[in-house]
Amino acid sequence: MEILVCIKQVPGSNKVEVDPVTGVLKRDGADSKMNPYDLYALEVGLELREQYGGKVSVLTMGPPQAKAVLYEAFAMGADEGALITDRKFGGADVLATSYTLSQGIKKFGKFDLILCGLQTTDGDTAQVGPEVSETLGIPCVCNVSAIGAVKAGGITVMMDMPEDIEEVKVSFPCLLTVQKDIMQPRLPSYKLKKATESRGIQMFTLQDMEDTDEHHYGLNGSPTQVQRIFPPTSDKVQQKLEGTTAEMADQLYRILKKKKFTA
Amino acid sequence: MAKLVVHQDKIDDVQAFIKICPFGAMVEKDGKVELTAACRMCRLCVKKGPKGAMEYVEDEKKPTVDKSKWRGIAVYVDHVEGRIHPVTYELLGKARELAEKISQPVYALFLGSEITKEAEELQHYGVDKVFVCDKEELKDFKIETYATAFEHFVKMVHPAAILVGATPVGRQLAPRCAARFRTGLTADCTVLDIHENSDLVQIRPAFGGNIMAEILTPNHRPQMATVRYKVMDAPKRSSDKSGEIVTFDVSTEELGSHVDVLRVTKKEKEKSIEMADVLVVAGRGLKKKEDIALLQELADELGGEVACTRPMVESGWFDAKHQIGLSGRTVRPKLIITCGVSGAIQFVAGMNNSDTIVAINTDPKASIFKTANYAIVGDLYEVIPKLLSDIREGKGENA
Repeated sequence: MEILVCIKQVPGSNKVEVDPVTGVLKRDGADSKMNPYDLYALEVGLELREQYGGKVSVLTMGPPQAKAVLYEAFAMGADEGALITDRKFGGADVLATSYTLSQGIKKFGKFDLILCGLQTTDGDTAQVGPEVSETLGIPCVCNVSAIGAVKAGGITVMMDMPEDIEEVKVSFPCLLTVQKDIMQPRLPSYKLKKATESRGIQMFTLQDMEDTDEHHYGLNGSPTQVQRIFPPTSDKVQQKLEGTTAEMADQLYRILKKKKFTA
Repeated sequence: MAKLVVHQDKIDDVQAFIKICPFGAMVEKDGKVELTAACRMCRLCVKKGPKGAMEYVEDEKKPTVDKSKWRGIAVYVDHVEGRIHPVTYELLGKARELAEKISQPVYALFLGSEITKEAEELQHYGVDKVFVCDKEELKDFKIETYATAFEHFVKMVHPAAILVGATPVGRQLAPRCAARFRTGLTADCTVLDIHENSDLVQIRPAFGGNIMAEILTPNHRPQMATVRYKVMDAPKRSSDKSGEIVTFDVSTEELGSHVDVLRVTKKEKEKSIEMADVLVVAGRGLKKKEDIALLQELADELGGEVACTRPMVESGWFDAKHQIGLSGRTVRPKLIITCGVSGAIQFVAGMNNSDTIVAINTDPKASIFKTANYAIVGDLYEVIPKLLSDIREGKGENA
């Protein structure tokens, strides 16, 4: 079985602040890591390979230093890696990112199963997986909480829905986004790390893609445009309620009502 | 093709200039500034750098979408077997507000099986048209089938914007459809507004919530946005019906799917303090074990759970799985009401990321008040009964 896991390098911490005077993002330097949700997707890929055979490839998109996450995946057991990188891909929103990934996937190979983490910790949209599947024209199942058997050209999985768990069978090729805790991700192995540290990876730039029209990528290929960024209006109120006990209780009731905790 | 062009001669201090970039996308090479693939086109270098050092070059405008052909604000009706999720009503309220600003209609899109009767309920919430596709094939949520029906609706109605609840269904369906129309989708908007030209102003937290971003989809239609439950205000249900129900059909052949639903198992309602949206916390201010019932009443009224501090577990009043703090569980509910809790550091570390923190304690010096958003210096045995009666009275009025 040919398995692809899409992974992303994310900032090591979410502690970003906007300077209220200049409007400039203040960000803690170079600290970055693999998106934690992607570890679960990778683990699913590796376990399926162990059970059914085949190959696990990993793909990421970002600046050249993002290839660090590919080597992290190699140290966990992934077989092959590719990095999609080009300045022209910068400023991509969900649609342009998904399109770029789809183009990269087509370039990378033919896959039966594409695995993604449920969401990233920096963008938090959970939208890239489903958009990639649409762009590739394959089915997808999101919020997968458990993996069943692979047979007859498809895979059985559990989809976590608001009120129930649905057992669904989906035919290959398909894309799954998996939930946290679906499986316990293994630790990277020192032996594998040593053995793979000089492994080559493929690099895809705009020129390598089937579609080389730069209007479809990066900022130019993004329908959504960020108009401005600003610090959130501080909702961290610190208010001491005054009055008699009954009056304070009434005030609290109005606050809870306003915040929709009660009718 | 929009791009950034570096004008080296305008840069005096290369090091100071490359520091402007929050993503480290500018590097120095042989004394010259170069841009790398880390660039996110945020253009802060254009705004904050020396005048003219970085130039943003836009090419001639692409042909623009004819916005007059896309009219109305549509809401996707989120439901489980016809039971409409309340986020739908909240979105209808917002849609009505936006639509009135630009004098356009409000639509609802309802996809499912045996739902035509439930569709009438939507008419009590100020819609102009409810579009219903009632097909056996739409009984279970399957991404391809639902996306196809959704596509038919968009091609038939041409709404300017579509709002979708950020539920497990909405979060799969909205991106699938946005990609199909190659249009923009903004997840988890917290504020929505609209310009006269029907451009939807979408505001959402970015980078883990420390920054807000204002986003437009200026050249694509339909515009799409998802919104979480309990972010917008639900309108009052009107006793009169308004608008009309329009049914539409999609052929069975088109509703094919590569996904088969084999079995559906009802989830057991799991109760854990980490999962609760609302927590009422018992501290040492509680006089006897029986008084937990009072806090339980409050938790029940607010749809939450009761939790406790460590001394409560040590005294045997609670099971350890209800304990908040470093030696217990870390919680992040939307609302936490601490009752007679002093606020030891170990406790606070387990709950200080809660959205709204209310503290009730008789001791004005209790350290919990440093963490609380709303501080009540008072006796929980007086405050909570009064609060309970207010809540019950309020519910009575609305019933």
